[in-house]
Amino acid sequence: MIKLKFPFDEEEIRKLKVGDMVLLNGKLLTGRDAVHKRLHEGINPPISLENHIIYHCGPVVLKEKGKYEVKAAGPTTSIREEPYEWQVMRDHKIRGVIGKGGMGQKTLDACKEYGACYFHAIGGAAQVLAETIKSVDNVYWEDLGSPEAIWELTVEDFPVFVTMDSHGNSLHKDVSDQSGEILKKLLSTK
Amino acid sequence: MAKKKKATKKKVAKKKVAKKKVAKKKVAKKKVAKKKVAKKKTGSDQRMHDSLLELIRVTSTVIPDDVQKVILEALKREEKNTNAEYAMNIIKKNIELAKTKSQPMCQDTGTILIYVNHPRGFDQSSFNKILKKAVVKATKLGYLRQNSVDTLTGKNETMNIGAGHPSVHFHEWGKGQVEIKCMLKGGGCENVGAQYDLPNTNLEAGRDLDGVRKVILDAVHKAQGKGCGPGILGITIGGDRGSGFIESKEQLLRKLDDKNSNAELAKLEKDIVETSNKLGIGPMGFGGKTTLLGCKIGVLNRLPASYFVTISYMCWAYRRQGVSLKKDNTIQKWVY
Repeated sequence: MIKLKFPFDEEEIRKLKVGDMVLLNGKLLTGRDAVHKRLHEGINPPISLENHIIYHCGPVVLKEKGKYEVKAAGPTTSIREEPYEWQVMRDHKIRGVIGKGGMGQKTLDACKEYGACYFHAIGGAAQVLAETIKSVDNVYWEDLGSPEAIWELTVEDFPVFVTMDSHGNSLHKDVSDQSGEILKKLLSTK
Repeated sequence: MAKKKKATKKKVAKKKVAKKKVAKKKVAKKKVAKKKVAKKKTGSDQRMHDSLLELIRVTSTVIPDDVQKVILEALKREEKNTNAEYAMNIIKKNIELAKTKSQPMCQDTGTILIYVNHPRGFDQSSFNKILKKAVVKATKLGYLRQNSVDTLTGKNETMNIGAGHPSVHFHEWGKGQVEIKCMLKGGGCENVGAQYDLPNTNLEAGRDLDGVRKVILDAVHKAQGKGCGPGILGITIGGDRGSGFIESKEQLLRKLDDKNSNAELAKLEKDIVETSNKLGIGPMGFGGKTTLLGCKIGVLNRLPASYFVTISYMCWAYRRQGVSLKKDNTIQKWVY
């Protein structure tokens, strides 16, 4: 088990390999479809994203006694950000993204070129992951709606797996290829 | 003389008072009667509201017993100290936490699908109004995420009410009772659903059950881990494009341990689960032994020109629950 702490460092990220289990600590920023669209359109982010990890997540947040509380916060499907993520990695020097389901070749190439990783969180595990959120420190671009806003969170031991590393390896590509081969064989023998 | 006048006046006054009293009593009685009727209606509406709110809360926060059972079996099947086993353990822990904290097991509380079986004479429009109130309340309490977006403007409608939301399906039945089922289907798994029309040249899938099998397995392979597997499939063979998807979701209302009354389909359901689990996609697409937890297949008539196979994929966080209501709209029993 590897522990990483914000601000995330390129050298440390480059050491990670597919299959590694990592516990993330410190700041995380959420950002999903609408945020990626804005960044793609060239709109400047409300805070610097440098050395951050962006969490593909639209949390359930309630305001209780004037304070935000995250009630549920699992990952959303990342592949929708495939057209934009490489550009966010290039322009904003993020050190990785957290999501589920994996991403494609463009993102994999960008991870290699700019020094980032794809971290897979457990889809649907909104309570286990919300437990690791210690505070909601800020919210930006709230006009996008609560699930689409950028939530600045502080987390403790947020559990993820490296499924795409900065050396061109992707677990998603491997599993897809292998299961495709098995399927071909199963269908031809029937 | 003066005394007499006074006395007469008193009598008159007394009479007036008496009349007034009678009148007041009558009015009061009428008011009470009106209030009682209103109270009866509000009471029954209030109880329907409370039952719906509780149905939504339980659906969002507690996994049904039949689903929990297959998830625990899948956890046991995975090899020790693998990413797949770790993923299944987190899923198990998440199920427990959501229940004890009464908070959504997944932050994507999905499309709110409501299925109502009701007797003749049931007031559907009044039900819809009460349901909307319950959905707003459930959203304010955090059982539901602000999950309904105006498609064209991108504006979040914040209370989960809007065109097509919630999605309600009424069905009149012969029983005197009202039964309401709720399914919360997240976007990740909805996005990996698929519809094929047979024959399919690329997959060499013809218009028979072997062709049906091929396209289903293709959909499982394409979904990989994106739909939050291990998943459950609801499938329709036949119908038109619209009815195929509606029926495929209704297949997901079946209990996981039931058996298809059509022997051929029962065999196909079992085969799809077993074959998918040989593909090695595993929980979250990490690789592993469980890719599917279940498969339910229904059939509708088709036109000579069409042969659709429609697949709805449900994530492991299979949120569906149901209640039978008593005459007074309180919950009599839970369906799952």
